[in-house]
Amino acid sequence: MTPPPDADPSAGDKILVRDVHKTFSTKKGDVQVLEGVDLAVRDREFLAIVGPSGCGKSTLLNCMAGFERISTGSIEIDGVEVTAPSPKRVFVFQETGIFPWFSVWDNIGFGLSRMPFEQKHEIVMRYIRMVGLDGFEKSFPSELSGGMKQRVEFARALAVDPDVLYLDEPFGALDAFTRLEMRREVVRIWGETHKTCILVTHDVEEAIELADRIAVMTQRPARIQTVLDNPQPRPRDPDRREFRALKDEIFGILGVERSV
Amino acid sequence: MNRPPPGPVRTFASAVAGFAAFLLVWQLSVSFVPFLERVPAPADTARAISQLATGDLLWKSIVASVFRVAWGFCLAVGIGIPLGVLLGWVPTARAVGNPVVQALRPISPIAWLPIAVLLFGRTRWFSAADVEAIFIIFIASFFPIVTATTSAVSSIDHKYIRSAANFGVGGSLLFRRVILPAAMPQILTGLRLALGIAWVVVVAAEMLGVQSGLGYQINDSRNNLRYDLVTAVMAVIAVIGLLLDSAMSRIEHATLARRGARHA
Repeated sequence: MTPPPDADPSAGDKILVRDVHKTFSTKKGDVQVLEGVDLAVRDREFLAIVGPSGCGKSTLLNCMAGFERISTGSIEIDGVEVTAPSPKRVFVFQETGIFPWFSVWDNIGFGLSRMPFEQKHEIVMRYIRMVGLDGFEKSFPSELSGGMKQRVEFARALAVDPDVLYLDEPFGALDAFTRLEMRREVVRIWGETHKTCILVTHDVEEAIELADRIAVMTQRPARIQTVLDNPQPRPRDPDRREFRALKDEIFGILGVERSV
Repeated sequence: MNRPPPGPVRTFASAVAGFAAFLLVWQLSVSFVPFLERVPAPADTARAISQLATGDLLWKSIVASVFRVAWGFCLAVGIGIPLGVLLGWVPTARAVGNPVVQALRPISPIAWLPIAVLLFGRTRWFSAADVEAIFIIFIASFFPIVTATTSAVSSIDHKYIRSAANFGVGGSLLFRRVILPAAMPQILTGLRLALGIAWVVVVAAEMLGVQSGLGYQINDSRNNLRYDLVTAVMAVIAVIGLLLDSAMSRIEHATLARRGARHA
């Protein structure tokens, strides 16, 4: 097995994806979605995966989370093969996956069911404060806006203190204004918690605003085409030259002609 | 066409108007259509209701019918919901069990009466006729409950199951905290439907074999040629049916009120 081109063999690699293939069986025959994906995710970094719609980004994320089995290759986290979902790595869904039948408090405490009440309450309230939902702990999701629901989902994920957060187009269902606001929130929360974050998005600007490194995927069957460093200081301004240059570079790699 | 719903006063006034029109048409038909002259008029019905209400026969009949519906319905809930959850959750169980359920469902519950007599006709510790009627109510409400629960559980949004798996929630906790609540709106709709059917069927079941209940009272009144009592009992059946349905609807709303999914 050849080592992934961008893998840093030194310590600090949290997740190691090696030569992953994924084939879906359909009635019309097998569909190859991932074809030799290699990727190394460093501990505590914010990595974005961008690519054309339907290229297999979400499939890759689902495999990394253990929701779907890979066909061949390996995905290791801290040197252990991923075979099933685990609270050590939590998935944040595109359309919120919080439960409409639970209050905000119960949703955030969902992953803490075996904990004594006092301790659970303390943790739940800490994350309610962190995502800025003080006073809404007794509210139900139907009473919240889209952005607030997404905050609940982030708090629910953080409450179990995972090592890794998988963000699958987490702002896809939000309106443009709320999306910008939530990006800023995620940068702040990531700054406070420093979880390893992997963001899947087709929004290049979003990837540049949030991530330390950006992996660009090819069309299906997908591979990682290249991984770009993004050392700009946060908060990042989309009007700055470095921002626009990186954006143009990524669009170039994706094969999208773009006049600035 | 998205007009705001009318307020409670308007709703009530409309309903009263509807009933007034119905009573008027009823009264006029009875008065002027020769063919209908033997049908009791609204006034005859009202008199018969007040006559029934003074004795204890009406109350005993109501208690007998409601008692049978309550037993049959509760048994159907107790067996139907767990079976529906099983069929909805386990694809193999669904593949095996659902065709049988769907095949038995179109059989009128009344058609089960001979089987009910065969099964329970010799019951000693309980009135055999009661057990037979309860069995028929059970059959009537069982199939809508199983069908609704199966469909509810099998169509739960995947992301809820994945979320639960992600947070390491499985086993009985998964059922109590995710599967049942996720399926609850559809299950409650099924329960409401089932209770409506049960109330329709209890009257029919009581016309065959038992010596009490509202269905029996209709038969008995007819045998005594007291058609005013027949319409009186029919009116009572209607009122109780409405009360049962609004009670179920209240339970439904109270359970789902804060979800906003159905009653936003």
